[in-house]
This record gives sequence, C-alpha cells and structure tokens, in this order.
Amino acid sequence: MAPPVAVSIRDFTRRFGDTTVLRNLNLEIGQGEFVALLGRSGSGKTTLLRTLAGLDPADREQVVSPSARAIVFQDARLLPWKKVWRNVAIGLPGRDTRARAEAALTEVELSHHLDVWPATLSGGEAQRVALARALVREPALLLLDEPFAAVDALTRLRMHELVLALWRRHAPAVLLVTHDVDEAITLADRVLVLDQGRIAAEERIALPRPREADPQFQAIRSRLLAHLGVTAPGAKETPPAEGALVAFPTGEIVT
Amino acid sequence: MSVLAAEPRSIRLSAPKWRLRTGRWLSPALLLVLWELGSRTGVIPTRVLAAPSVVAQTLWSMIVSGELASNLAVSLARAAAGLAIGLVVGVALALVAGLSRRGETGVDPLMQLGRTLPSLALTPLFIVWFGIGETPKITLIAVATVFPIYLNLFAGIRGVDAKLIEAARSFGLSGWQLIVHAILPGALPSFLVGLRYALGVAVLVLVVAEQINASAGLGYLINNARDFMRTDVIVVCLLVYATLGLSADLIVRALEARALAWRTSFLKS
Repeated sequence: MAPPVAVSIRDFTRRFGDTTVLRNLNLEIGQGEFVALLGRSGSGKTTLLRTLAGLDPADREQVVSPSARAIVFQDARLLPWKKVWRNVAIGLPGRDTRARAEAALTEVELSHHLDVWPATLSGGEAQRVALARALVREPALLLLDEPFAAVDALTRLRMHELVLALWRRHAPAVLLVTHDVDEAITLADRVLVLDQGRIAAEERIALPRPREADPQFQAIRSRLLAHLGVTAPGAKETPPAEGALVAFPTGEIVT
Repeated sequence: MSVLAAEPRSIRLSAPKWRLRTGRWLSPALLLVLWELGSRTGVIPTRVLAAPSVVAQTLWSMIVSGELASNLAVSLARAAAGLAIGLVVGVALALVAGLSRRGETGVDPLMQLGRTLPSLALTPLFIVWFGIGETPKITLIAVATVFPIYLNLFAGIRGVDAKLIEAARSFGLSGWQLIVHAILPGALPSFLVGLRYALGVAVLVLVVAEQINASAGLGYLINNARDFMRTDVIVVCLLVYATLGLSADLIVRALEARALAWRTSFLKS
C-alpha cells in the first residue's frame, strides 16, 4: 500500500490572462510531510499555495487537498478589532472556543496575551498568534506563506524551533513557501524549487535535525541556489568589491 | 538611562500637554473681560451686544423659569428625530451599496448626485410640500444627515483591507458572519467620522429649520428676541447652540473611545 497522501495535484495549469503561472504541475505531499517550496518572485509559489488553500478556484479532480487546512500569511492578518484569543477562535465551530484558543496560545507561549489587542503585539508575537490560529483548527494541511519573512533574524530562529516543535506534536502535512534557502533546508523533509510554473528541482533532506552544523548543509544549499539561478554560494551576502561602481538609491554614483 | 526605556508604549506626554492646556484658557478669558469692560463703559451698546454679566443673568432666569429647558427639549426632539431617520436611511443605503455590486449600481449614483445639492436649498420646496409644521424641519435634518452617514460608511465598507477579509474567509467565515465580524468592524472608524459630521450638520440645519415659523424651540426664542432686540437672549441661544455642537462632538468621541479601543491611537493613551 502506498503511503497516505494529504495533497495531490495532477497536471494542474493556472493562467491569469495571457500569463501561465502554473503549468502542468504535479505534486504530492504525504500525510505529516514537511515540504518547502522555493522560488524566485513570480515563480508561482504563492499561487500554488493559494490554490491549495482554496483561495483560488481549482478543479477538484486535479487538486485534492484536505478540508481541514489552515494558512499562516506573511503578514499576520489578525483582525485588529478582536482581542487575541478571539482572533484565534475566529470561525471555530462548537463550544468552549476560548479554552481551545487558550490551549493553542499556550503552545506558542502567548497564554499571557489572551486579552490584549493585536496592535500591541510585536511582529513576532503577531505571527505566533497567527500560528496558534492555524493550529487550533487541527489542520491536516498547514500552509505557511513566507511566515517568517517579515520578522527579525533572531525571532525567525525561534520561530523555526517553534514550528518544528508544533509540527512534531501535531504532525500535519506542511507546505512552507519561502525564498530563504537556509530556512527551507533547516525545516523541511523535502525541498522543491518552482521555476516558471513548474517544479524544476527536488531535494530530499535526510539529515538529522538540527541541521545547520551538518557538513552536507552547504552542498545542498549550493545545489538549490544553483537551481534558483544563484551561482556563487553565499553570493547574496557578498559585499561589492572595492573600487566597484555602487549606485545609491538617490541616483548618485560613487566609486 | 537604558535603551529599553524608550519603548513607545511607555512614552508619557501628559505633563507638558496639561501645562499648555491651562494656558489656553487665558485668551478667551481676556476677551470676556474686555467685552464686559466695553459694555460697562458704554463702548458696546446693549442693543448691539449685551454684557456677559447680563447674558449670565438672563441665562439664569431662563433656566429658573423653565423657558430654556422646555424650548431646548423641543429643539433636541427635532434634531433627534431627523438624525434618527437620517441614520437609519443612511446606514441601510450604505449597507446595500457597500455589500453588493448591484446595490452599488442602484444606490450610489443617486447618492452621489444628491450629495452635491446643499440640503438647505431644499427648504422652500419642503415648505411647499409639508407646510410650516414639524415635518419640513425634521425632514430637512434627516436629508442633510443621510449623506455624511452614507458616504462615510460606504467608503468604510469598501475600504476594509481585502487581505483581512480573505484571511477571515479562509478561517471559515462567510455570509453574515463575515459581514458582522470582519467587514462592519473594519468600517466602524469611517462610520463614526460620518456620525460626527452628521451630528454637526444636524445642529447646523436645526438652526435654519427652526427659523421656519416655529412656535417653540430655540429658533422661536431667537426670532422673538430679534423682534424685541433682546441681544442677551440671542447670545444665550447662541451659547446653547454651541453647547449642543460641543456635546455632539463629545458624545461621538466617547463612542469612539469605547468602540475603537483596539486602535493604536487609543491604546497609547
């Protein structure tokens, strides 16, 4: 028997006007599998996530995704007029929603912020509330749309730990959309590179977690970066060489 | 001092603000003193403007005799009735236009046309239609207040962050739940701006509407006082109108502080 599948996309094409965003895409995500989706801007990765979330229309025969699913957006998207716990409990069916929201907020270490307004939260805290809001629904599929892109580097590291811990505890299938190669390798079981609407590369990460110190980390990183069109490893942080022309935002050119 | 002390939430501006505020009473008080002096020395004749002390006495006697209260009640009832109608109609139309495209096509052009018309210009027509009783007065206030309510609530509904709506939808809200939990609270700040404006307009239109042959109300008091050149009574009525405008503003501010407690501007104080 094949392992149970949470998400299945077959031969899926999505167009906006004349542009084809996703073309003949095939993807399967196993139950409890953590998949990261890398891609440059405009590669279609957000469209793919939105399709799985049901936010964009899709043919049910081509796209199968569990009905119990939840998204964490890049911006936390909390309703500012609802207290934190009500944001978590929003749309929850059944009784004792406060208790359930409280439990979820405890898991993201925010049980002391149940009754505050979202506007008083820091970016990282707001994102943790968004995570709690997703978790409280006990999703079979957790969709993360660049959820750590807007938080500072230190908070991001803590959020990685948190997401891994929550994933181990609740075992949802996860699709993480990101443009951060290191983040993808650190977190996922499998990393996909999306390019021009197709999956251009796939990398299984079998390293034991934590992985940052693993000697193979850099090799995987270079391979994935190459697929993304970045040739020199670590090129994204290379400062310009001395004497090179540097264009400043004001338009002036300094040598 | 540590860097942590600069956290924005803990900044307190109250001390310098208070000192400035106390200073702000000086110039009006000085004006009042000059006015009183001018009246006493005869520079300002009573038929031009009564002295502040005389105005105060008149105010007191009108309060004691109940004349002010009974006429104020009549005026307030007019404003309240007109405003209530304007509020209900304005909110209903804004919901229809704001929540559906078809509603917008049907309602919005009419409202955009209507708002260009100064409501007070309708006075002669309303007198022809409704005579000179209470109806034209209340209708005028209602018509004038519909527009600020409608325009602001409509814009508020349409201005709600589409990303928030999308998020709310993805978490299972739909139909009325979506409207009640996501759209209307998001439109509330704009609505309150409209309400504040409508209250101001209601007082303004009240003043004009009450000039239409009233037999009670503040306008009646003013008209009578004009005939007898009682500048003291006129000033008392002006003060009452000003107080009405001010309390209208305070009411909306109080509403805002309660209903918009989630906003950062309210959170800071």
